[in-house]
Amino acid sequence: MSSAGIAARQVSFEQKSFWRNPASAFFAFLFPIIFLVVFATLFKGQQVQVGPVKTSYDDYYIPALVAFGVMGACFTNIAVTLSLRRDNGILKRLRGTPLPPWAFIAGVVGSSIIVSIVLALLTTGFGILVYGVHVPQHIGAAAATIGVGALAFCALGMAMTIVIPNAEAAPAIVNGVFLPIVFISGTFFPVSSTSVLAQIAEWFPVRHFINAMFTAFDPAHLYSNGFNGNDLLIMGAWGFGAVLLSSFRFRWEPRKS
Amino acid sequence: MTAIVVDGLRKSYGAVEAVRGVSFQVEEGEVFGLLGPNGAGKTTTVEILEGYRKRDAGNVSVLGIDPHTGGRKFRERVGLVLQEAAVPPMLSVTELVELYRGYYPAPRPAAEIIELVGLTEKAGERVRKLSGGQQRRLDVALGLVGDPELIFLDEPTTGFDPSARRAAWEVVRNMRKLGKTILLTTHYMDEAQFLADRICVIAAGKVVAQGTPETLRAGSEQLTHVRFELPDGVAVTALPLAARLDDGVALIETATPTRTLHDLTTWALGQGLELPNLEVARPSLEDVYLELTKNE
Repeated sequence: MSSAGIAARQVSFEQKSFWRNPASAFFAFLFPIIFLVVFATLFKGQQVQVGPVKTSYDDYYIPALVAFGVMGACFTNIAVTLSLRRDNGILKRLRGTPLPPWAFIAGVVGSSIIVSIVLALLTTGFGILVYGVHVPQHIGAAAATIGVGALAFCALGMAMTIVIPNAEAAPAIVNGVFLPIVFISGTFFPVSSTSVLAQIAEWFPVRHFINAMFTAFDPAHLYSNGFNGNDLLIMGAWGFGAVLLSSFRFRWEPRKS
Repeated sequence: MTAIVVDGLRKSYGAVEAVRGVSFQVEEGEVFGLLGPNGAGKTTTVEILEGYRKRDAGNVSVLGIDPHTGGRKFRERVGLVLQEAAVPPMLSVTELVELYRGYYPAPRPAAEIIELVGLTEKAGERVRKLSGGQQRRLDVALGLVGDPELIFLDEPTTGFDPSARRAAWEVVRNMRKLGKTILLTTHYMDEAQFLADRICVIAAGKVVAQGTPETLRAGSEQLTHVRFELPDGVAVTALPLAARLDDGVALIETATPTRTLHDLTTWALGQGLELPNLEVARPSLEDVYLELTKNE
C-alpha cells in the first residue's frame, strides 16, 4: 500500500475511535459549543476593547473560541488519548507491527485537524447565525491560522505526554497546564496587553493563537490580509520545539513502576 | 533451520543485571517454552528478541536478522502477543483485524483469523464489550494476522480461568500445525509441559536447565517418593527403612524405588500388614522446576 494509503487508513481509524468515544466527543467537541452559549449569554451586548479596536463581545469571542476548540481537539485530546494508549500497551503493541511511526502520527494529527475544522466551521456558523457576528474577513488567513495552530498544538500534545507519568494523571496535568494559560490568555474575555497576566501569557502560544485568529476574522476591517506574522511565528516556534522534543523523548511504553 | 539463536546475551538496568549470559536456540517449527519465576529475566530476554530492547552484550539472531536493527522488514515476519497489551476499545473485532491486516504485506483472511481464536460469534461486537479473556484472544489474533513465521507469546494465559486456558492452548496447537515457530514464556509448568517441545528454565538471569519436558524430568536428581499411611499400632521407628512422618503419612525418599518397594512390601507381608494408600510418585516437572528455581 502507498504511504498516503497507510496514512489515510490511520486517519479513518482515529476518526472512528474519536466519534465513538463519548468522553472525547463530549470534551473536545461539545465543550466549546457549551462555552460558546454560556459566555455569549453572559456578556450579551457588551463592547470590549481589543488592542486599538472597540468591538462587540461576540465578535471577539467567536474567533477566540475557534482557537480554543482547535487547542482542545489537538493538544488536550492528543495528550490524554496517547497517555492512555501508552499506559494500556496499545502503543507498544503497535510499535511491534510494521506500521511506520510516522504513519501512526499522521493518523493522530490528521484526525485532530479534521475535528478542528469541523469545530471551527460550527463555531463560526453558530456565531454568525445566532449571535450575528461578522463573517470572517480573511478566510484564507483564518484557514492558515487554524492549520498552523492545529499542527503546533498537536505537536505540543505529543510533547506533553513526555511529562505525564501515567494515564490517571493525564487529565489533571493537561488541564492544570492548559486551563490557567487559556484564562490568562484572554480566551473568554479580552485581557489588556499592558496587564501582568497578558505579559505572562505573551510567553505562551495560546494568546498568540487567539490574536492571530482575531486578526484573520478582523471584524473592524483593520488589516489588509489578516495574516498576523508575528503571532504565527511564535506559535510555529513552540510547535517546532515540541516536535524536536518529541522526536527524542516520546515514549511508546508505559513507565515501569 | 534455526529460527532463533541467542548466545551469551547480557542486559543490565542500572546496577541490576537482569540477564547474565543466556544462550539457547529455537528450531524452526517448534514450540519453545521459556520458563522462570517473576524477575528471572524472561521478559527482558524476550523483549530483546522482539526488538524492543537493546542488548548490552552477546549475539542475537531472529530469522537471521538482528531484531534491534531489523526494522520494518523484521516486523513483517514476526507476530507479537505481549504480556500486557490492550486492544483499542472503540472498533469492532472485524474492523480491528482489518486495520491490522493493512500493516502486513501478506495477511491471512480476517474471518479465518477470527475463527482461529474462537471469536466468530463476536466478529461484529465492539472490542470494549468483550470479556477480558475474549480481548486477550483478540490480542492473539492481532499477533497472527500478518501470517508471521515466528510468534512470541509472553505469558498468554496469565489470569485465565481453566476453560479459557484450555481454549488458548488449542489455539497454540493450531498455530503449531500451521508450521509456525513459537516462543512461549510462562510460569505455569503444566502449560509448558502441555505445549512445549523443548523447555529452557531461567533463574536469576541464567539458564539453569534446558531440554524436552521428559529429559528435564529424567535428568533431575530428585528422589522418588514412596508414601503410605502408617498402619495403626506401628511406630515409624519400627519400619525397615528410614521414613518421615507427616500427619500420619509416612514418606520415604529413594533413588532406588524398586529395591525400596521390595524391602517395604516384604516387611509388611511378613507382619501381615496392609499399607493403606500406598503410592509411588516420580518427581513431577513442577517439582523439578521448583527445585531448579528454589534459590530465587
